[in-house]
Amino acid sequence: MSKAAAIDIASVSKVYGTMTAVHAISLKIPAGSYCCLLGPSGCGKSTTLRMIAGHERISSGDIRLGNTVVTDLPPARRGTAMMFQSYALFPHLDVADNVAFSLKMKGVSKEERRTRALDMLKLVQMDAYAGRRPAQLSGGQQQRVALARALITDPEALLLDEPLSALDPFLKVRVRAELKKLQNELGITFVHVTHSQEEAMALADLIVVMNEGRIEQAAHPRTIFERPATAFVARFMGDHNVISGRVADVRDGAVTVEVAGGGRFDALGRPPEGGQADIAVRTDRVRLGEAPAPGLGFTGIVTNVEYRGASVKLTASGAGIEDFTAIVGDGAFFARPVTVGEAVPFAWGAEDAIVLGRLDS
Amino acid sequence: MAIAVEQPAASPARPAGARLVSVLGRLAAYLQAAPLALILGVFLLAPILMIVAVSFWDYDFARLYPDFVLTNYAETLGSWVTWRTYLNTLKYAAIVWALTLFIGFWVAYFLAFHVRTATMQMVLFLVCTVPFLTSNIIRMISWIPVLGRNGLVNATLIEMGLVSTPVEWLLYSDFAVVLAMVHLYTLFMVTPIFNTLMRIDRALIEAARDAGANGWQVLSNVVLPLAKPGMAIGTIFVVTLVMADFITVQVMSGGQSASVALMMRNQMSLLQYPAAAANAVVLLVLVLLMVAGILRVVDIRKEL
Repeated sequence: MSKAAAIDIASVSKVYGTMTAVHAISLKIPAGSYCCLLGPSGCGKSTTLRMIAGHERISSGDIRLGNTVVTDLPPARRGTAMMFQSYALFPHLDVADNVAFSLKMKGVSKEERRTRALDMLKLVQMDAYAGRRPAQLSGGQQQRVALARALITDPEALLLDEPLSALDPFLKVRVRAELKKLQNELGITFVHVTHSQEEAMALADLIVVMNEGRIEQAAHPRTIFERPATAFVARFMGDHNVISGRVADVRDGAVTVEVAGGGRFDALGRPPEGGQADIAVRTDRVRLGEAPAPGLGFTGIVTNVEYRGASVKLTASGAGIEDFTAIVGDGAFFARPVTVGEAVPFAWGAEDAIVLGRLDS
Repeated sequence: MAIAVEQPAASPARPAGARLVSVLGRLAAYLQAAPLALILGVFLLAPILMIVAVSFWDYDFARLYPDFVLTNYAETLGSWVTWRTYLNTLKYAAIVWALTLFIGFWVAYFLAFHVRTATMQMVLFLVCTVPFLTSNIIRMISWIPVLGRNGLVNATLIEMGLVSTPVEWLLYSDFAVVLAMVHLYTLFMVTPIFNTLMRIDRALIEAARDAGANGWQVLSNVVLPLAKPGMAIGTIFVVTLVMADFITVQVMSGGQSASVALMMRNQMSLLQYPAAAANAVVLLVLVLLMVAGILRVVDIRKEL
């Protein structure tokens, strides 16, 4: 189909009256990549997507698509196509007319419109439903039609605003795989807004974690998972325990942090400025019932035990840490089960604790 | 244990009890529907049936004779005066409908798409209802000093030197009738159209823009088709109101124009009730046919 375009966002801000929704973010999305904008609601991810699409004016900064500055272009002339959260299918038109809408706007003849719409519907396996109205389709079918409608404009980048949020969990996983396959086939740039870490991890080549209108980290999913840049990313991705405290000791490539409750913990990395530091401990690397090495564990009271099949999720408090999470394999757990209220030692290896950066430092 | 002992004794009594409950349940449903059925029956169905019955009665200058004669219909439909009056009323209905639809759509469009805050929408909507704070008669009489021979409009036109003698057709003319009706009935078009426009998902407009539609294309391909149910409801309001209007026609035309309802009123003042009843039945059938036609063209069920 068409060539993919890289998207270059250069210190773009969005200001509503006195409220700033997006704070001068800069981001380069390589051509042909699958990029996920990830964050909690109200973090500015949808606003960013809408600014790329041209449905939201850019307060300051510039957006380039390929070699064109699209900042002031109308949506249809940017080479982007958007798929809306609620799909926004026209209820008064049938499926084929919905898909052919942009062609009708361009003044393409009726027969050609119909043929091209049917071709596009074949691509998403919806050609059998061409004569139906959107209200007669299921959520998953509507989603395919919306996809076909966006792709018929031959976009260089496809922008998806929470495309899977209206689907039930089983369908979500299936459609997710289809989206990834489609992106591979078409080779165009996908920008996908989501609040689901799982979705972003499964799909993206580039995850952009946003919070309060700023980019916390933009990196490959593996980097985001293994080396979260900030405490927010570590907490939001949910696979790390974040321990905050005062820097007590700095050695070569390692830091010791002292928390308010008295516990001292070691972590790899350079200390941030200001004497305070956040460290992250991988939840799945925590071992249970093993006397910890100094600075690499503590003894805590178990506050909750959640059985999840292949693993067991334990929550514990102790040594000044609240809600410490440990994910233990079911084999290891049932070899020596613990119950709520029991005091258990938690331990981890030196390489499983890292120092987190701070955004404003 | 006690329950197990008591159960056999209780079970023979149950079918009778259950039957009573189900009868009461069915009765309750009828009772719940009764008040509305009664009101509609007494105040809508019965009067219509009475009019239909009276339309077949005979009459002279003094009294009515219960009968079954078709002369009332024959006289009504056989007279060219009736036909001209119906055509005149339909002409008013068509002109007023076109004008209220045009004005009503744009007012509703402005309110729904260009007024940002809900408070401002409410305020402007209330402004639209201001004419309804006074009675119909006062609103019509107020036109007289504006449109009359020496009224505001004529005075201004003469002052500006645009005309040398007062414009005669401003008052007591078809123009005045249509003007007053448009003034009276535009709100009935604004309200339902505003309602449908407010229900249009704003994402649809963005989706249309994303597909390259310009302002007019968004209007003709998305907004207008989706506003059709509101337009149909407004059309039903306006058409039925104009078809049944007599006071506006009488006052604003100065008695020079006729409408079907005015003709009926004259017949009633001459005590020709059966003739008026026959006329009413014909008008009712005509209006119902028009409403049926509108409903065939536009599906308004989503709005109800």
